[in-house]
Amino acid sequence: MNHLPLIIKREYLTKVKNKSFIVMTILSPIIMIVLIAVVAYLSQLNNDKVRTISILDESGLVQDVFKKSDKTTYHILENMSLEEAKLLSKETASYGLLHIGKFDTVETVSDHARFYSEESPSLTLISDLENKLGKTLTNIKLHQQGIDINLIHASKISVEIAQESFKGEKTSKIDSFAKLGFGIAAGYLLFMFIIIYGNMIMRSVIEEKTSRIIEIIISSVKPVQLMLGKIIGTSLAGITQFVIWMIFGGLLMTIVSLVIGIDLFDAAAPQQELLQMASQGSGFNFYFESFKTTMHNLPLMNLIIAFILFFIGGYLLFSSLYAAIGAAVDNETDTQQFLLPIILPLILAVYIGIFTVIEDPHGTVSTVFSFIPFTSPVVMLMRIPFGVPIWQQLVSLLLLIGSFMFTVWFAAKIYRVGILMYGKKPSYKELIKWIKY
Amino acid sequence: MNNLLEVKEVSKNFGDFKALNEVSITVPKGSIFGLLGPNGAGKTTLIRIINQITIPDQGKVLLDGELLNPYHIKDIGYLPEERGLYKSMKVGEQALYLAQLKGLSKTEAKTRLKYWFERLEIGDWWNKKIQELSKGMAQKIQFVVTVLHQPKLLIFDEPFSGFDPINANLIKDEILRLREEGATVIFSTHRMESVEELCDDIALIHKSNKILDGKLIDVKRQYKINTYEVGIRTDNKEALEQELANKFDTSEANFKTLEDELKLNIKLSETDKPNDLLSYLGTKGELSHFVELIPSVNDIFIQTVKNN
Repeated sequence: MNHLPLIIKREYLTKVKNKSFIVMTILSPIIMIVLIAVVAYLSQLNNDKVRTISILDESGLVQDVFKKSDKTTYHILENMSLEEAKLLSKETASYGLLHIGKFDTVETVSDHARFYSEESPSLTLISDLENKLGKTLTNIKLHQQGIDINLIHASKISVEIAQESFKGEKTSKIDSFAKLGFGIAAGYLLFMFIIIYGNMIMRSVIEEKTSRIIEIIISSVKPVQLMLGKIIGTSLAGITQFVIWMIFGGLLMTIVSLVIGIDLFDAAAPQQELLQMASQGSGFNFYFESFKTTMHNLPLMNLIIAFILFFIGGYLLFSSLYAAIGAAVDNETDTQQFLLPIILPLILAVYIGIFTVIEDPHGTVSTVFSFIPFTSPVVMLMRIPFGVPIWQQLVSLLLLIGSFMFTVWFAAKIYRVGILMYGKKPSYKELIKWIKY
Repeated sequence: MNNLLEVKEVSKNFGDFKALNEVSITVPKGSIFGLLGPNGAGKTTLIRIINQITIPDQGKVLLDGELLNPYHIKDIGYLPEERGLYKSMKVGEQALYLAQLKGLSKTEAKTRLKYWFERLEIGDWWNKKIQELSKGMAQKIQFVVTVLHQPKLLIFDEPFSGFDPINANLIKDEILRLREEGATVIFSTHRMESVEELCDDIALIHKSNKILDGKLIDVKRQYKINTYEVGIRTDNKEALEQELANKFDTSEANFKTLEDELKLNIKLSETDKPNDLLSYLGTKGELSHFVELIPSVNDIFIQTVKNN
């Protein structure tokens, strides 16, 4: 008799009807949005502050460069000693004092530039000042050497290498960043999904054990069926939650952005700096315009199919192990030692994915780890946007399916024995023995 | 086919531990079969094998003449010793779920549940969660779920634990009624008085081996001790006691009487006839009590387990 649909239905409904599940589903996006809004608001607040910086330029070479900007006003001091200037800037509550001494050569002037302040100044400020000084002094030096600055500016050539694969697909740096974004998002999503819903499966197995209903159930259904039903039912609940989060979260974001007027999407993007680097001053508009072509360039069909297959494969691989752990122990506190060997390869996969795929998506390390079953779902998902040969994907997928069947078999064995075992926490040795029961 | 269940030389090992060693039992159709044994003897393993929860290493199990197979799940109702229900699920929902797992359709399960809930006067629990019920209340629901699909074979492991005497009696009557309706019952318990009261057949398992089985009455005959409990009113108790002790194998007896009688257990040899003893005692005083001592299941249990 096939009871799988019945079990899946029950698992799904009890998860979805569970109060804490409902609360989490609704509250999580709200909490996220509130957090993002707070962060966005705070960073804006910080940016709004205007700093005053006193400048004492005894050399008289550079003070023209310091022009008032949104965040900083410069207070040029003249005709006083350094000590007086220090005193004055303290009294006027300046953020700090930049002192440039009078020397013969530009080099010595630049060597003796010094910044005085109450607290240690922010890094961005210092690099901004250094930048300004450097540029001006360089120009002065060039001028002294008799070189025409305009000529130099005119001779500057900006290079942007157009990329094209041998097959003729055009790509660009922005493409690469978009691909990276897709890859990391997909890999990370799988990682999160496994951790959250794997744990949920584990808890629900433990619940059946502790409530002692398990023996009643498995006198009616095969333990493997119960286990698979649990995994599938919980996953469906998970997908439901994820979809609600996305829709609800997106909706909330839009509403909050409109109401408060803070661009949350902007603030929420952690790769903002990456994007800026990518577009190198060309601005966001350029980025979003080229987004369309990027989308076009991504192997979308491949990405979607691979995402579904690797996601399912990877999720089943890990969640069956979670179910086995739940069956092996009596309560959640005993799960730690068994969870570590599961979580380690997952974390490894995420880090390998992020670091090596950025470095070289087709390098040895990332290629190898995209074949090893316990890391392959995450790493392969990160690699695929960069175009992975179909044979590699197939081999990796076959390996994944093979090991997934093995872990389900293995987990079912442990599960079958474990659910009827009460009392002491089993050792790894005992778990191996159970397989032979 | 008169036997509903035949277990033939079933063995099961867990690693180095032998849980069952070539155990065979035969459960006649329509009987109540007592499966007895000390803790850890292997009863639960045997029951799990019958329920196809555990697969035996050797031997076979026949249900109604057929080798045990997945289709037999709906023919068996099992109330395990370690039992519980989903704590946060509503009574009605989970009873429906469990009934459907046993192969009942949803509508059929609902009708039968309504009938049983009314019968046991628990109709208003339908929408309650298990965690709101007492242990005894939850046990009633487990009982209903066990018998709901009208299985041929019912297996009860300590069915009365957790029940107050009134409810225990109620459940006992239900079990007897189910037997009347044609069900066969395997009954595992440590309460010997209920074995005495209910069982037609018994099997005793000790240290993974079956050491005794048969019809309860046959087993008792086998353990007959030929001993009679007697009470005699006499003027000289000591003299009579001495006289009887010389003639028979006597021991002190303890039972309630109205007068101050001489109370003795008298064991007869194989050849002695109880009638002769009776007439002999009649000459010695006024006989108020003469009963054959029948070994209780409790005695048989303790004696056999100790001897093995």
